[in-house]
Amino acid sequence: MSAVRGPLPEIRRELEEPNRPTPRGDCSKPVVIELDDVWLSFDRPVLRGVNLVVHEGETVVVLGESGSGKSTILKLIMRLLVPDRGRVCVFGRDIVGLDFEDALEIRKHIGMVFQYAALFDSLTVYENVAYPLRENTDLSEEAIYPVVRERLEFVNLDPDRVMSQLPGELSGGMRKRVGIARAIATNPDIILYDEPTAGLDPLAVDAIVDLTRKLQRELGVTSIVVTHDIRAGFRVADRVDLLREGRIVFEGTPEQMIAADDPYIRAFLG
Amino acid sequence: MGRFVAAIDTWMRNAALGVQEYFVLGQRAVRFVAARPFYAADVVVQMDRIGVGSIPIILLTGLFTGMVLALQSSVELGRFGAEIYLGNLVGASMVRELGPVLSALMVAGRASSGIAAELGSMRVTEQIDAMESMGTDPIKKLVTPRLLAGITMLPLLTIVADTIGIIGGLVIAVFRVDLPADIYLRGVWQTFASSGYAFGFFPRDFISGLLKPVVFGAIIALTGAYYGLNATGGTEGVGMATTRAVVTASIMILGTDYFLTQLLLVVLPPPGL
Repeated sequence: MSAVRGPLPEIRRELEEPNRPTPRGDCSKPVVIELDDVWLSFDRPVLRGVNLVVHEGETVVVLGESGSGKSTILKLIMRLLVPDRGRVCVFGRDIVGLDFEDALEIRKHIGMVFQYAALFDSLTVYENVAYPLRENTDLSEEAIYPVVRERLEFVNLDPDRVMSQLPGELSGGMRKRVGIARAIATNPDIILYDEPTAGLDPLAVDAIVDLTRKLQRELGVTSIVVTHDIRAGFRVADRVDLLREGRIVFEGTPEQMIAADDPYIRAFLG
Repeated sequence: MGRFVAAIDTWMRNAALGVQEYFVLGQRAVRFVAARPFYAADVVVQMDRIGVGSIPIILLTGLFTGMVLALQSSVELGRFGAEIYLGNLVGASMVRELGPVLSALMVAGRASSGIAAELGSMRVTEQIDAMESMGTDPIKKLVTPRLLAGITMLPLLTIVADTIGIIGGLVIAVFRVDLPADIYLRGVWQTFASSGYAFGFFPRDFISGLLKPVVFGAIIALTGAYYGLNATGGTEGVGMATTRAVVTASIMILGTDYFLTQLLLVVLPPPGL
């Protein structure tokens, strides 16, 4: 192992951090998300027979190079896309055949953190976080206000300072945190993260990783994190799936991945 | 040769698919008019943007169109000593064709491009995906309010354009042609009266002049939304969507105008036909 170069030793140290969540990939728990032999092509094949199972409360990190089809998996789970072949089950229900309105119902149980936050730029931070509450609940504006404040505080933002600001006035890290606050506004059962640390400075990456752990610890949500940031991914993962050219080529714990002898995995880990 | 035929085949398939998607978008946007939740506040905002925001260009377009129409017509009518018919000509031209079509073209340039740019930006920055991920149907939230605003505001803008165009003609009639204002205005009204009445009391020209803008308003909103929602590839894609929205909406307005006129001539034939 001493011959290993690159960031592996640092990753290994991070895995030994005391705050790192204990792996909870407990197969006795109900399956919340399942992709079964999923195929999808656009101009070229994107996913080629992907199988993925996520149990309740588990955090699965999907690693892979850019263009390997990682974000497509999230869009399939949200049913923003429909596979050419295969099943996508959420809470045991195959969502591929659902009509648009039923798919919207499923989405109400899922929070998604987008790569560049995807905040509505014409709405203030308050209105962005309040949006899913206004859309999906019968809460009055008086009831929504404290929820928005609480969610912003949860993601370590000062509500009094940011609530009236527009997304364009925020830094990248703050935008991402507002995106997380919006994703958890309705207490979803599942949170999907699309490149949560992309484009952030190291301190902001740390903040987002800490926040992801906090969500695991305090809310116990089921999560899928899609990223090519190996270090950040390993710090939050119960289980890792490595995607290569539309196929899952590795599945296991971060420790198992580091110990793997496969030349592609070694090259990917640097 | 085979490659050429294949390219035409692909182009025609894509065109047919595009037309189908356009009408499905329209059908869904109309269906959501009566579906909860109602985005009344969004409708009001869009009415303000599409309607109130377009008033200055409609005023200018209507005024100068009426003025130049009166100016050109006065020259030709003068050859036959028929300047007293200036009001008839300006009134008929403005209310039947120029008011609805020019208003629609101006609003298409302003609002269709705006809708395509706004929705296109939302598409490429994943804001529409975010909206869907939170259980909101983007057609209901984004397209239906714009459609409602388009079909309600364009007839009102057309009335403004017609009125200001007739006033522009009046200015030329009085100050350039030396035609008394009452003769000009009587000519305007005579035109409407001679076109016949629908339902016994409503001048036929008004029906035709206000029905067209409803259709044009729908075209403006739907075309902008269609290209915006289908924008791809970042800022360049948004720019292309904007251009295509304006060009397509303008062509559709002119084409639809012909067929609507033909239809109205059959459904509401003027007296003597």
